[in-house]
Amino acid sequence: MMDFQIVVLWSDILVWLLLAAGIGVGVLIARSPPLRAAWRRVGGNRIGMAAATVLLAFIVVGLLDSLHYRAALASQPGQARQYAVEVLSLLDALAKPLRVENEKTYSAPFATRLYAKETLEVPGLGTVREFPRLQYGGSHLGEREDAVLADAAFTAFRFAVLALLAWLALAGAAAALVGARAQSLALTSTSPPAPTQGASGYWNRGNSRHPDPLSPLGGERVRVRGAVYQAACAEFHATAPHPGPLPASGARESTSHPPCHQQGERREHGQLSSPQISATGWQRIWCGETAFAWDAVLATLAAILLVALPLFALAGQYHVFGTDKVGQDVLYQILKSVRTALIIGLVTTLVMLPLAVLLGIVAGYFRGWVDDVIQYLYTVLNSIPGVLLIAAAVLMMQVIIDTHPQWFATAAERADLRLLALCFILGITSWTGLCRLLRGETLKLRELEYIQAAQAFGVSSGRIILRHILPNLMHIVIIALVMDFSSLVLAEAVLSYVGIGVDPSMTSFGTMINNARMELGREPAVWWSLTAAFAAMFLLVLAANLFADAVRDAFDPRAA
Amino acid sequence: MLAYIVRRLLYAVPILLGVNLITFALFFIVNTPDDMARMQLGVKRVTPEAITQWKVERGYDKPLFFNASAGGAAVLSETVFFEKSARMFVGDFGRAEDGRDIGREIVTRMGPSLAIALPTFVLGLFVAVSLALTLAFFRATAFDVWGVVLCVAAMSVSGLFYIIGGQYLISKVWRLAPISGFGDGLDAWRFLILPVAIGVVAGIGASTRWYRTIFLEEVSKDYVRTARAKGLGETAVFFRHILRNALIPILTGVVVVIPTLFMGSLLTESFFGIPGLGSYTIDAIHAQDFAVVRSMVFIGSVLYIVGLILTDISYTLVDPRIRFG
Repeated sequence: MMDFQIVVLWSDILVWLLLAAGIGVGVLIARSPPLRAAWRRVGGNRIGMAAATVLLAFIVVGLLDSLHYRAALASQPGQARQYAVEVLSLLDALAKPLRVENEKTYSAPFATRLYAKETLEVPGLGTVREFPRLQYGGSHLGEREDAVLADAAFTAFRFAVLALLAWLALAGAAAALVGARAQSLALTSTSPPAPTQGASGYWNRGNSRHPDPLSPLGGERVRVRGAVYQAACAEFHATAPHPGPLPASGARESTSHPPCHQQGERREHGQLSSPQISATGWQRIWCGETAFAWDAVLATLAAILLVALPLFALAGQYHVFGTDKVGQDVLYQILKSVRTALIIGLVTTLVMLPLAVLLGIVAGYFRGWVDDVIQYLYTVLNSIPGVLLIAAAVLMMQVIIDTHPQWFATAAERADLRLLALCFILGITSWTGLCRLLRGETLKLRELEYIQAAQAFGVSSGRIILRHILPNLMHIVIIALVMDFSSLVLAEAVLSYVGIGVDPSMTSFGTMINNARMELGREPAVWWSLTAAFAAMFLLVLAANLFADAVRDAFDPRAA
Repeated sequence: MLAYIVRRLLYAVPILLGVNLITFALFFIVNTPDDMARMQLGVKRVTPEAITQWKVERGYDKPLFFNASAGGAAVLSETVFFEKSARMFVGDFGRAEDGRDIGREIVTRMGPSLAIALPTFVLGLFVAVSLALTLAFFRATAFDVWGVVLCVAAMSVSGLFYIIGGQYLISKVWRLAPISGFGDGLDAWRFLILPVAIGVVAGIGASTRWYRTIFLEEVSKDYVRTARAKGLGETAVFFRHILRNALIPILTGVVVVIPTLFMGSLLTESFFGIPGLGSYTIDAIHAQDFAVVRSMVFIGSVLYIVGLILTDISYTLVDPRIRFG
C-alpha cells in the first residue's frame, strides 16, 4: 500500500463546500412544498433528467479530481519520509496509465506510430526515415500492427457487454425501487378513491399534460411540450438497448395503453411478491408512468455506460483520442479539464450569489438612497464592457501574483489560486444582471398585502426579508444559477484564449484549445485534440443548457 | 424630448466618473506604478534607477490624487489621476508602450472594426429574426421543436469552434476565401466574407431562440385573437400584426449594442488578423500595455452609455405609447 500525504487545495475546499451546500439546499427544498413541487416537475421532464444524468457523470469526474494527495517517495529505512512535489488527485491515481504513458509527440487516435518521421537505426538496413513505433499505443499487439481495428472492436464489444450487464443491474435496482414505491402508494391510497385519480395527473408528469392554471399560455405550452416529449420518447426508446417492440410514441402518451392500464388495476390488489414488485416497477418505468423520469435517466445511463466502459478499456491499450504535442494523452487532459470547467461554472456563482441577492433585495426593499447607491454601483459596473473589465482585473491579479512568488509553495497552488481569483473576478463582474432582476421583483413584492401586514405587525425588516421576501425570490435565483453555468464554461475557453483565463499550466478546455489551435495548419492536420476538447465542452454545455431549460420551465410559469 | 436627452447625458457623467475611479483603483492602487514598472522592465533589468526612469517617462512619478508640492490649481492637476484618468473625458488618452498616440490609433482602427461588425450585426439580426418568425409560424409542430433543439445545440458550441472550424474548412480545405488579413478600400470585401459569415452563424442559435420567445409572447396576446376573429388569414396576422409588434422589443433590445460595434470583436479580429480595435485590445492585453487597456475600458463604457440613451430614445420613436417628460 502506497503511503501518501493529503493535500487540500483551496478550490478543493470550495468544491466540497459546494457539495455540502447543495445537499443543504436539497434538505431545505424538501421542506418547502412549492419548491418541492417545482423540482418534482423538473424530475418529470425527460430531456431535463437525461441532461442531469450527463451532468452528474461530469460532476463525479470533477469530484474525483478534487481529492488531492502527494505520494510518498521511496525512502531508506531510518530516513524521514519524503513526499513527491507533484500534487496528484484520486482521478490521477485511477487513470494512472493515461497519465504516465506519454509518447514523444503527436500521434493520431488509435495510432501505433508517431505523427512525425524520425531517423531510426534499423539493424541491417542502416538509418532510415520512418514513423517510429509508439512506446505505449497498441504496444500489446507486437508486430501485428494491422490488427488494430479487429482488436479494438473486440475489446469494445467485450466491455459493451459488460456495460450492458452493469446497466441491467442498475435498471433492476431502479425497477425494484419504483415497484416498492408504487406498492406502498397503492396500499396507502386505496381507501379514498380520489387520490389515485387526482394524484395521477400530478404523478404522471403533471406539467406535461395539464395546463398550468397560472399561465395565460397554458394551452399553447402544453401543446409544445407534448410534442417535445413525444419526440424525446421516440428518441430514447430508439437508443434504449432493450429487447422488445417499440411502442408507438403516441400510444405511450395515452393512458389507454393496454399493459399499462392493466397494470394500474393490478396494483390495487394488496401484497405482491418481490419479483412481482420489480416487474411492476419495470412496467411503470417502461410505460413512462413514474413521476420521476426514470426511463430517461436509465436510457442516458445506458448510453453513458456503453460509451464510457469500452472507452476506458481501450484507453489502457491505445491513445483513444490521440496524444498532443508533448505526447500526453488527450483523453486524460479532457478528464482533467472537467474539474476546471465545473469550478469556473460553480464557484463563480458562489461569489456572485451573495452579492446579487443581498444588494438586490436591500435595494428593492429599502428604496431611497440605498437604492440609489446600489443602482449607481451596478450601472457603473455594467457599463464597463465585460471582457475588458475581466481583462483589467486579471492583468492586475497577474502583477500581484508575479510580484509575490513567496506566497505559493508549489506551482499547483499558484495555478489553483489563480483559478479562484478568476472565479472571483467573474463573480464580481457578473452579479449585476441577477441583482437588477431581484431588485425589480422585490419592489413588486413589498407592495403586496402580506408584506404590509407583516410591517403593520411590527415584524423587523430583516425578518421580513428572510421569511417573506427571500423564499419568494428563490425561483429567480435558481433559474439564474443554472442559466449562468453554461455561459461561464464557454467564457472560460474564450478568456483562456485571450490570455486572461486560467494559469497556462492548468489543464482546461480553454488551454487545450489554445495550445492546439495552430495544429490544424499542419500537414496533415492534427485535428484530434481540438475536436476532442470541443466535443467534450459541447457535451457539458449542451447538458447544462438542456437542464437549465427544464429548470426554467418548471420554476417560471410565464416562460415559453 | 430634448430636455430628456440632456438630462440623461448629465446622468451619464457621474457614471463615467465611477468607471474612471474603478479603473483607476484597479490600475494604480491595487498595483502601484512600481509593480507595473517591474513587470514591464522584466526581471533582469530591474534597478531602482530604471524604475524611476520608467515612471518619469510615462508621468507615473507624480502623487496619485493630491500634489502638495505644487501650488494653486496644480495641486489637483499635477497628479496621476488628473493626467491619466480625468483627461480621458476630453479625448486625451496618452501614449501606448510603443510611444504611439492612443487617440489617433483608435480613430484609424475604428474603420476596419466597423467593416466587420456592422455587416455581421445587420445580417445576423435579419437571419435570426427570419428564422425565429418561421419557427413561431410553425409553432408546436415537429419543425418548431427540432428548430429549438438545433438552436440550443448551436448555443452550446463554443464560439472558438465556429472560428477555427470555419477557417479550416472554408479557407484551408475548400480554399474559398483568404484565411486572414485585411485590404484597403473596396478590395477588403474578400477578407470580410469569412469573418462576417462566421460571426452570423455563431450568433444564430441564441438570438433565434430569444426572438422566438418574443414572437410567441405576442402570439398569445388579445389583439392577435381579435385579428383572427375578424377573419384574417394566418399570414396576414403574422406579418401585419405580430411581426410589427414584436419588432418593438427586438429593436429596442438591439439598439444598446449598436454603439459598441465600434469596439469590434476581440476573437474575430485576432483570428482573422484584422487591424481593428478588437485586435488592438487583445494585443495590449498580451503585451500588458495598461494605458491602452485603460483607454479601451473608458471608451467601451462611453459607448455603452450612449447605447442606453439611444435605447430610451428609440422606445419613444417606435412605440407611440411611451412618452418621456
